Amino acid sequence: MIEAAAAGMGKPVYKETNESKVTTPRWEYQTVRSKVTTLEEAIKGSGLKDGMTISFHHHFRGGDKVVNMVVGKLAEMGFKNLHLAASSLQDVHEPLIDHIKNGVITEISTSGMRGELAKEISHGLMEKPVVFRSHGGRGSAIANGDLHIDVAFLGAPSCDPLGNAVGYSRSQNAKSICGSLGYALPDAHNADKVVILTDDLVPYPNTPNSISESDVDYVVVVDSVGDSSKISSGAIRDTKNPRDILLAQQAAKVIINSGYFKNGFSIQTGSGGASLAAVKYIRQSMIDQGIKASYALGGITAHMVKMHEEGLIERLIDVQSFDKVAAESIKTDQMHKEVSANEYASADEPGSATHYLDIVILSALEVDVNFNVNVLVGSDGIIRGAIGGHPDTAADSALSIIVCPLLRGRIPCVVDEVTTLITPGSSVDVVVTEYGIAVNPRRPELAEQLKKAGLKIVDIHDLKDRAKSIIGDAAPLPFGDKVVGIVMNRDGSVLDVIRNIVD
Amino acid sequence: MQRLRRTMMFVPGNNPAMMQDAFIYGPDSIMLDLEDSVTMTEKDAARLLVHNALKTIDYGDTEMVVRVNPLNTPYGKKDVEAVVKAGVHVIRMPKTETADEIRELEAEIEKVETELGCVGRTQIMAAIESTLGVINAYQIATASKRMMGIALGAEDYCANLKAQRTPEGMELLQARQTIVVAARAAGIDALDTVYSNLNDMETFRKEVELIKTLGFDGKSIINPRQIEIVNEVFAPTEKAIEKAKTIIAAIKEAEKRGSGVIAVNGKMVDRPVVIRAQRTIDLAIASGILTQEELS
Amino acid sequence: MEIKNASAGTLESGDILIQIGPSEQAGVQINLKSTVAYQFGEQIKKVISQTLNDLGVTNVEVNATDKGALDCTIKARVTAAAVRATGKDVWA
Repeated sequence: MIEAAAAGMGKPVYKETNESKVTTPRWEYQTVRSKVTTLEEAIKGSGLKDGMTISFHHHFRGGDKVVNMVVGKLAEMGFKNLHLAASSLQDVHEPLIDHIKNGVITEISTSGMRGELAKEISHGLMEKPVVFRSHGGRGSAIANGDLHIDVAFLGAPSCDPLGNAVGYSRSQNAKSICGSLGYALPDAHNADKVVILTDDLVPYPNTPNSISESDVDYVVVVDSVGDSSKISSGAIRDTKNPRDILLAQQAAKVIINSGYFKNGFSIQTGSGGASLAAVKYIRQSMIDQGIKASYALGGITAHMVKMHEEGLIERLIDVQSFDKVAAESIKTDQMHKEVSANEYASADEPGSATHYLDIVILSALEVDVNFNVNVLVGSDGIIRGAIGGHPDTAADSALSIIVCPLLRGRIPCVVDEVTTLITPGSSVDVVVTEYGIAVNPRRPELAEQLKKAGLKIVDIHDLKDRAKSIIGDAAPLPFGDKVVGIVMNRDGSVLDVIRNIVD
Repeated sequence: MQRLRRTMMFVPGNNPAMMQDAFIYGPDSIMLDLEDSVTMTEKDAARLLVHNALKTIDYGDTEMVVRVNPLNTPYGKKDVEAVVKAGVHVIRMPKTETADEIRELEAEIEKVETELGCVGRTQIMAAIESTLGVINAYQIATASKRMMGIALGAEDYCANLKAQRTPEGMELLQARQTIVVAARAAGIDALDTVYSNLNDMETFRKEVELIKTLGFDGKSIINPRQIEIVNEVFAPTEKAIEKAKTIIAAIKEAEKRGSGVIAVNGKMVDRPVVIRAQRTIDLAIASGILTQEELS
Repeated sequence: MEIKNASAGTLESGDILIQIGPSEQAGVQINLKSTVAYQFGEQIKKVISQTLNDLGVTNVEVNATDKGALDCTIKARVTAAAVRATGKDVWA
């Protein structure tokens, strides 16, 4: 009957063997069986070939050491024509310029870039255009195969010999901390091979873990994965800039009078002094009116952690820890949850947190009279930012608020047409500037409500005209005919292209 | 509406970015400074900067004041010429001690205005920063029909008085009261001195509450972050607004009847009460507590 | 008119540093470095030469380092530099 059952299932029948058990103590056995090796051996073992795609996360922000280290090694080993798919790139990645010139890297996908690398690419450094995706868009693209990753190189502040990795360390030898590893999780789950680089190899089991050993092929111990001090300082950073304070106060008034400021609401703030500070100004109203938020999402900051600890925000959902306080909190607080980029903001994921987000406060480089927003390309045509979760959160939230000054020096932020389209105007509800608040005509009820509350509501065309009257007419930018960047919409369609700048 | 002067914000006259931005924070008046915040070697450049800013930048309804250098310095007269030509609303005379100084300033202003054909356009305010100035407060306040206000400058005053500044401000009490009384007697505004510790907003608030109690119209400020606190302190209470609305309604009713006698609840209302009611309404509107629509 | 080397302005955001000096060549030579060169470079040069023209200053070389100054600031700084270079004030 056993034979018949096995045959029915197409399986063999169990056969007794004479092999005896390995009697080595298991703590020793773990190290024998470990995946720990050198970077070079890990690269060889991964089967990486010319033309393949490698990926990285940007949780160490300006302090990242992994990208330069790995690409440097790949160049040394003679690899060519690689596609670098990072969740984002920073100033610190300037050495990539040489690797691009030498043909090691011939394709880039990222959420953004800054500094010299961005400047050179804007001037036409690469043959193939850089593909820009939002964080949610990247999560989707990795999950659905649009962006196939051959080998992921993921930095982690602690990892055990079997590959259980996390964005902090509980050991005595902890060197680095970044908190959430949310942007690395789609890579860990979907890449063909996964290499963890860590500067703190800890004993098995490194739990609770965010990257699981079942996804990991190699573990490489390095001196340092990143300079955590460059994530942000340890303390709450309060902006002293009076203009940021003014903008934050105005944004807070919009939130409080929007109709969404009710018990159980959810909120996210983008980067930028004013949007981060806005939370501080709704805090008092939450206390006064006895309102509690169900969750705060996104880049989690010290402000959010403080309000969570005060009981004003029940849970924190964290795709990226913006400062050290947030990174420490995710280590110790069960109500502070790490999410992958998919679960955070993917359009394809019905359960992604942005779908249940009430209010998001975002910054902008430019907003145009149709409420379209650009956060990627400067008004000088040079790439100088990142898409981040901007279009994802704006589209999914019930109320999206853009906070930006009317002018940055002589650069206008409210314009006729954005230099590059990143977040379509259909998903943008309110624009807060120091010269007044504009409400998208698609939301007349919101405009009415804010007016009733005594806020100064202006037509966005008036803001644009006001900017022009102060700074004069800007000459058109000297764009060339080469496409240096392609902006993907979160649904996988092409939203806009970035052309080269000719000096 | 009578012009409110709750906040007069100091902006250094040689800082283009701050001069450009000052207006967005909504101070009632902006005071561009050519005196103490500008070094000797930059007086000429600051004067040109202030001149061009006044001519070009749209400051909306904000009252524009320039603090010039004293006329007995090499800069004072040129400052007056430059800012009158640019159409400044008010010239603030620093360290005023006597009525003669105001009359001298008036003559300088009139010289430029005559050339421009706009005699009488520029108002004057005097900063009183010494014991002699306090003694002469009423003479200074009435020295010219151009006078719109007098202000206390406490740092120099205290040095002159040989007293230390304290958080409670007892040392300033007589100067403050003298200035308010002189201003009221002259029918002009009284403005208090600056508070410069930006890290202590609580003491700042207490000081604003004190000077409001003493009768000042407003305070000189050095940072936009101080504006909200002053406006909060000067905002009238719900009860005061309701009372003021009743009085204003009674005035309108009396006008309709063509009667000069205003009565509320059968009691006659005096003129000072009417003036105070109007100021309460103005403050309520400026503080955003009351809208024009709600009033009508 | 005798021209000395002179300067006015600062390198702070929203300001412009104007350095002015005599030139062998006729007219006004302007070397401009600006954070907003693409959008406002021509306009800035126009304001500089217009201001000098109105003051009757020619045969000068101007080195301008702009940090996003508005036209009214540029005009003020150029005038201040020119007054310092010529010793001839614009006020009575």
